[in-house]
Amino acid sequence: MSGFEGRDLTCIRGGRLVFEGVNFAASPGQALLLRGPNGVGKSSLLRLMVGFLVPAAGTINWDGTPISSDRDAHGARSVYIGHLDALKLSLTGAQNLSFWARINGHGKDHVLAALERFGILHLADIPAQLMSAGQRKRLNLARLIAVPSPLWLMDEPVTSLDAEGSELIEDIMAVHLDAGGIVIAATHQDLLGNRATELRLTPVIGSEYGDLA
Amino acid sequence: MTNQTTRNGTFAPMLALLGRDLRLSLASGGDSAMVVVFFVLAAILFPFGVGPESAVLTRIGSGVIWVTALLAVLLSVERLFLADYEDGSLELLALTPLPMEFLVLAKVAAHWLTTGLPLLVATPILGLLYHLPPAAFGPMILALMLGTPTLSLVGAIGSALTLGSRRGGVLLSLLVLPLYVPVLIFGTAVVDAAISGSGETAKTPIMILAALLLASLALAPWATAAAVRQALE
Repeated sequence: MSGFEGRDLTCIRGGRLVFEGVNFAASPGQALLLRGPNGVGKSSLLRLMVGFLVPAAGTINWDGTPISSDRDAHGARSVYIGHLDALKLSLTGAQNLSFWARINGHGKDHVLAALERFGILHLADIPAQLMSAGQRKRLNLARLIAVPSPLWLMDEPVTSLDAEGSELIEDIMAVHLDAGGIVIAATHQDLLGNRATELRLTPVIGSEYGDLA
Repeated sequence: MTNQTTRNGTFAPMLALLGRDLRLSLASGGDSAMVVVFFVLAAILFPFGVGPESAVLTRIGSGVIWVTALLAVLLSVERLFLADYEDGSLELLALTPLPMEFLVLAKVAAHWLTTGLPLLVATPILGLLYHLPPAAFGPMILALMLGTPTLSLVGAIGSALTLGSRRGGVLLSLLVLPLYVPVLIFGTAVVDAAISGSGETAKTPIMILAALLLASLALAPWATAAAVRQALE
């Protein structure tokens, strides 16, 4: 079975049931949007997909192999865009980005191209300290190009981006899908139109008071 | 061939991390300079407290230097993973193809180069201040050279374990200080032996310091990596 899929996933955090029985599947070229109200577990599901969290029940497979069997390989095939921008404020845009490229075993060749693609080439020599929230977000997103990987896992990718920036990231996602990549994003926006399938998470009844610990 | 590629595949990312941490430490207004200043100032305060008698100073000199070095390392090791944890970099580091143990080694190496090494450089000045005999300087530097990396390695475990906890600094001292005691004991033993004039008796504590370093080099990265993974859950 080719692609990325999870079956019967249960997530418990801090003794509280976040969700249970969640299934998802995405094949190459497909986008999956995680939907649902705040606190329903979209970010937790993404963290399960990255491998930061281990599901209390269920399995997550890449091409039929559980991701827990080789965490390093799974990390190498995914780019995770979280809420935090993971930037060092005293380093410039190019320095920040080329660090992530180098530590992931890539050359610096894509770094300038990535900055240009996200419209922030002029920030290459500016310390991140002086950038706006939207510019920092773009710089964080530029890792998608600088560290080419098939699986993009994104938590609210368009937050703090302007209209032009959201369009840009949508274009870039579309190109990634055309190339056979997978995009999974937790978002409240309508991204990628009919190219995306939706996974709607619903709150667990009584979970606030459920005592599972 | 395969070996070659895996080796490059480990060293280049480690160097990237080491280089970034060194650059950050230089850029952030000299955190390491603060550590050295603390070390020197704290050691300078003792003679005011115990009086200027040179016999007393010679007697307590090595102990004071070791204790202040240990506190200086403890102060700085708290931040080893904290900045990366708070800005989300630690999560992304965990996703790199580089095993977490090697990431830890690179970060500890950067920590030692920016704190332990400057402490070594400042030590001879304090040695003069405490009237240590010239014969004790060499063994003292050697002991610190073997001891301070152990302090960084062991401190890294505590630093990773206290990630995400409030009052992390206090907890860190409680966790780590007991583990620093062997380094302190054998570190001062080296200098005491050198002062009493027998090079042979200094050999044993030096060997033990080296053994402590090797043991922590082998074990600490694994414990630290496990603690970091735990912190990311």
